[in-house]
Formats: sequence, structure tokens, C-alpha cells
Amino acid sequence: MSVRTLPLVFINLGGEMLYILDQRLRAHNTSDSSSEKGVWSEGDRKRVLNDIVGTMFSKSFMDELLKPQQLYSHRTMKTVLTRLAHTSIMRLNPASMDRLYELMIMAFKYQVFLCPRPKDLLLISYNHMDSIRALVRDTPAVLNQVDETHRKVIEVYSTFSEGELQLLRQTLLIFFQDMHIRVSLFLKNQIQNPSGRFVLTTSGPVPSGVDVPGLIRTFDLRGREVSRSEFPPGGSFSGSVGDGSFELNGDRVLRLGRNLYRAEHPEETQTSRTPGAQPNSPPNPLAKEELNLLARLMGSMKAENVPTGERRFRISLFSTDQEEAGASGGEQQDTIQVINIQAVQDGQAALALARIAGEFADEEAKLENPSSSKGDELLAMMDDL
Amino acid sequence: MFHKEKSIQIKNSASALYNNLSVLRIAPRRLTYFTVVHANVVNMVSASWDGLNYSHRQLQSKEPNVATSTSLIMQAAFCVLPSRDLLVVSSQKGIQMYESDGSIMVYWHALDTPEAPTEQAVFARGISAVSDNYICVGVSSGAVLVFDVPSKGSNITLSEVLEEHKEAITDIAAECSGSQERLASLVTADDGGNVCVWKSGEEFQLLNKIPGLDITCSSVKLWKGTVLAGYGNGQIRLYEAVTGILHAEVNAHARWIYSLDVAPFSGLLLSAAEDSFVRVWHLAMTPETNSVEIAHLHNECVTDTQICGAKFCDGDGYAFAVTGYDLSEIIRYVQS
Repeated sequence: MSVRTLPLVFINLGGEMLYILDQRLRAHNTSDSSSEKGVWSEGDRKRVLNDIVGTMFSKSFMDELLKPQQLYSHRTMKTVLTRLAHTSIMRLNPASMDRLYELMIMAFKYQVFLCPRPKDLLLISYNHMDSIRALVRDTPAVLNQVDETHRKVIEVYSTFSEGELQLLRQTLLIFFQDMHIRVSLFLKNQIQNPSGRFVLTTSGPVPSGVDVPGLIRTFDLRGREVSRSEFPPGGSFSGSVGDGSFELNGDRVLRLGRNLYRAEHPEETQTSRTPGAQPNSPPNPLAKEELNLLARLMGSMKAENVPTGERRFRISLFSTDQEEAGASGGEQQDTIQVINIQAVQDGQAALALARIAGEFADEEAKLENPSSSKGDELLAMMDDL
Repeated sequence: MFHKEKSIQIKNSASALYNNLSVLRIAPRRLTYFTVVHANVVNMVSASWDGLNYSHRQLQSKEPNVATSTSLIMQAAFCVLPSRDLLVVSSQKGIQMYESDGSIMVYWHALDTPEAPTEQAVFARGISAVSDNYICVGVSSGAVLVFDVPSKGSNITLSEVLEEHKEAITDIAAECSGSQERLASLVTADDGGNVCVWKSGEEFQLLNKIPGLDITCSSVKLWKGTVLAGYGNGQIRLYEAVTGILHAEVNAHARWIYSLDVAPFSGLLLSAAEDSFVRVWHLAMTPETNSVEIAHLHNECVTDTQICGAKFCDGDGYAFAVTGYDLSEIIRYVQS
């Protein structure tokens, strides 16, 4: 399968992660806690986003991603994305990271699934990059990195044929296969069914370059059209709305990949497992190549120079109370199952992952300062909900 | 015209791959085999005609004697030769050939994979039996491997490599009408929409090349000397194989076509695409003008599903089966 998926995977998953973090951090900002210490300031939020974007779009990280290589497991992706999130001053607890990853994956799955033409995968990526640019527009250095990366991506992927891009899309679809986690925002907007499957409408514009179905044309030996007839295609498709821009800037036309989250509706980022749904196959031991990739990616993330003594702020992004209340017994069981698999079956892989992650841990691990940390205020607020 | 029958459940969901369904009808035993690819596994179901017995088997793409290697499978297809039926599985690492019930692997061919990862993906895709004793498999480089298959045993050999395509092969098909006098025996298609027409033999001969317009031809069939081709822009085109003359062009689907199939005895054509529609067409030959006409017969919509495989279950087209991405069942339709 395709060996060029990683840059697009990280740009799009990373983009979704930033959308969600941006929304959740704004949501905490609007809480009317009387204490100054309990609120994430505008400055903190921007700093978190700038730090993550700066690392994700750093030349060294992107260069690693751009090397031809296979797309590996969810575990590897989650590890790297967690590390990316933690290059900021924010610390996510494991439950938050799990939920965040689920949201990111389902959003990207939706975009890839509905992608009208394989080429539109690039437009989806560019939509994410456009939004990321907007998030960091006040920091010229980081903005520059995003631009540079965008140019590089255009350079690399503009030579791909539609067939190669379809192979890339098929590789991504295998990566997302059998994931049907329900996202409340998607359910509310009726783009996902209660079963967890996405809605595929049989109406609307056809992709650019495709004709509306319904016409049969026959030709003679000299290539002249001899007759036309129509057939009932079902559905109600209409003509294409034109091509988006594949340049650095421009109207992408396609809406997939734009920011769906709005700050006023934090409950929209709730996820739930479909009752009875099981994670399909147990994780395989990480292949040697996968561990190598992981080590290279972690190594290429330059931790920004944060002065030691700076506090890290723990945050629980999603209300654990709500998760437990809304869940059926099945979900509890799923959570327990996941933990079991991690601890028992993959002891060796978990050790290897921990070793690699540990090599890049800063001293912050020692700085657990429970009193007067923003994280604790946040957790206290969550408990009150 | 067709109505839905009871679906067959499969152990895993189908992956989004072209032509992701293969069917083998075994009349003497009143059984039909189905294969559906899921990532690195082939799901095989054997279904008895009375609908009472289903048995399942899973095959992994593994190099023999290499415990840890599995690779993603691109396609699994039954190849029917006069003396034997084989199940051929093509993956990133190579090509495996099994007895048709999947019980024994009789042959393994490793693809040349370079030491360091290259810019281009490496894989095998596009499988067909040709004439009496060949099986052809396509490769991502554009090469078509021709294997010579003896009437029994595992002494299968690579007899020739056809190097005409420059882009990855998508699908391969042999003349299926059963008539002996057709000149063209094989058609091969690639990512750029180019279609090559061949005559089989000790040395295969290129008869014609129909250029693509950079629109992928994802599925191709050859029936009574006519190339039936499905494209990424949702079109089906009918060409006269040897001359390349375009007989008809259909704006058939609103999204990428993933599968075409022909019922050779009745001239029914099946097309399936990511737009969730399966369509049944009728092909009519007019021998005087040597042209083919296509007429639309029937639509089925599989709600919220991007279809990746569609095959007739018999030579008359009395029944057909469908698979879709993320779907763990084979949906069946039967003529009313």
C-alpha cells in the first residue's frame, strides 16, 4: 500500500487535535469561576497552540514524515500525537488523550470516507493548514513554518496521479476500518447514524471532473455520436460546483477539513462507543520498523526551550462524570478491556514504548506541584458539573 | 427485477480495494465459494445452495517460513482453468496460489522488493486465468507476470513478463464468452486508464493499446471481443478490443467505479461504485455492424456504503453478490 501517508495523516489528525484543543480551552475560559487561577487565559491557550504547531511543523519532524514508509498502528500514532500535545505546557491525562484520539480519528475518517475524489484529500489537508495558520497568525515564526511545510506538501503531492492518491486513500481507509465511535457533534448534525456509520447521501453535486449519471452515448466506427439515451440513476445528483484551489492560498471550495467545533458547545466533543462494539483485533507486537519510526519521530521533535521550574498544567479535557453516566455497561467494559490488553498482552511493547517516550521526557515529570496548579482547579470544576 | 436475499455474514469487514469480491460456483457439490479481502486476511465462505450450511476460513498473506511477516493484500481471485481451480492472492510481498478451497498453498512468488523503501509503493494487483494454462498477475511497476500452470501439482513457473504498462496495474481480465475464435484473449488496465489487449500463447502478443486520459481504469472485462471498462470518473466505456473503436460511453456513476462483472451467457453487466449504487445493464451485440449496445436494466442502492466488490454468482446472471467498505456481510440479490 501507499508509503506516503504519514505527512497527510499528521497534518489532518494534528489539525483536528488543534481544533478540539482550541475549543476545549476556550470552553474552560468561559467558566465563571471567581478564582483567577482556575481559568486558562487567552495567552495560555495561544501558547499551547503555538507550541504544538511549532513542533508539528518543524522541519526535522516533517522531513521524517516525508520519508517513504508504511503507515503503522494506532498505538504508534497515538504515542506520537500525545508527545506532540505535551510539547506544550499542557498535560493531558490518559483518559483525555484516549477520547481526544477517538475524536480526531473519527473526524479524519469522516473526511476521507466522504472525500469526493482522491485529489480532494489534498484540499482537506489544505483546509486544515489554512485553519492552523489562522490559529497561529500572531506568531510569525510559527506561521512561517506552516507556510514552508505547506509549500513542501504541495511540491511532493502535486506529482501524484489520481490512481496513486486513491491508493493513499485506500491505505487510510484500512487504517480506520471498523471504527464506529459515535461523536455527539456528528450525530447532532446527522452526518453519522446511531450505529456509528457515516451518512453517504445520494444527492448533491458530483465531484469536479465527473458527469452527472444518467446518459448513454453510442458512436459509429468513425467516432461520431450516433445516439443518446437516458436511464434513471436513482438519487438526485447535480452538476459539480467547480474545483478548489491547490495553491498555497485560495478558495478550497470543499468544506471537509474545516473547523466544525464552535466554542459555545463543549458538549459536542463527547464520544461514545456503540454498545457491544469491540475493538476488532488485539494489537500486534510492534514490528521492529515501527519502533524505529517511533524513535525517529520522537527524536525529531525538538522540545521548545521551556525554562525549568515552569509549571505544567494538567487538564482533563472531557468530563469523566459525563462519560460514565452516559455509558452503558458495555462502555465500562470496553475501557477495562483496553487497559487489560495494554498491561497483559503487550508488556514487551509497552516497555519499549515507555523506554522511547522516557528518553525524551523533560524534568517536568518531577514537577508535580499539586497545590495551586491550574490543572487541579480545572479538575475541581469538572467534578462540579 | 432483482430482490434482496439473505446476506452472508463474514468474519471481517471488507477493505476498500478494487474488485474486492470473488465467487466460485461448484455445481457438483452444490456450493458457492466467496472471498473478501480485509487488510492482510482473505475471508473465505463456502455457502451451500440450500442456504443451510456456511463454513468459514481465513487465509493470511504470509511468506512461507517467515513467521512474523504479513503484508496487506490487494486482491484475491479464483482462477478457473480446464483442469483445476486455484485461488490467487496478491499482496505487497508477493503472489500466493492456493487450491480453490484455500486448504493448501501450492505456489509462492516473491515480488522484487528493493532493500531501502522507494518512493513508489510495491504490490501485486490484477489477477486472471487466461486460456487453458496461464494465470496473469499485475504488478505496481506496470509489469504483468504470466505464470504457466500445469494441470496438476505445484510445478507452476513464471513463463513471461509483459512490460507495456508504465503505471500500476489495476485489473486484468480474460475473454469470458467461451468462444474460441476471438483473437484477443486478455485485457490489462492501469492507474492511468491505459488498456492493453493481448493474444495469449507461448509468447503473449500485444494487439492493441487504448490510451487512458489519466483517469484510472479500476475494473475491466473482455466479452465477445469487447472491452468493458470502468473508470474513476464514474464512466463505463465499451471498446472493440482489437481496433480500439469506442462503441459506447455511459455516465454510469457519481463516484469512482470499483467493480465490473459480466454474466457471459446472458450478456448482463454489473457495475458498482463508491456512490453506493450497483447497476445492472444489458449488452447486445449486433453482428452486422460488429457493434455493442448497452441498455440499463436495474439499480440497487446499498445505503451509506461505498461498494468495493460486485460479482454475478452464475454465468446467466440469475444472482449477484455485493461487498462494501466496513461491511461484514456479503449482500445477495436474486432475479424475481
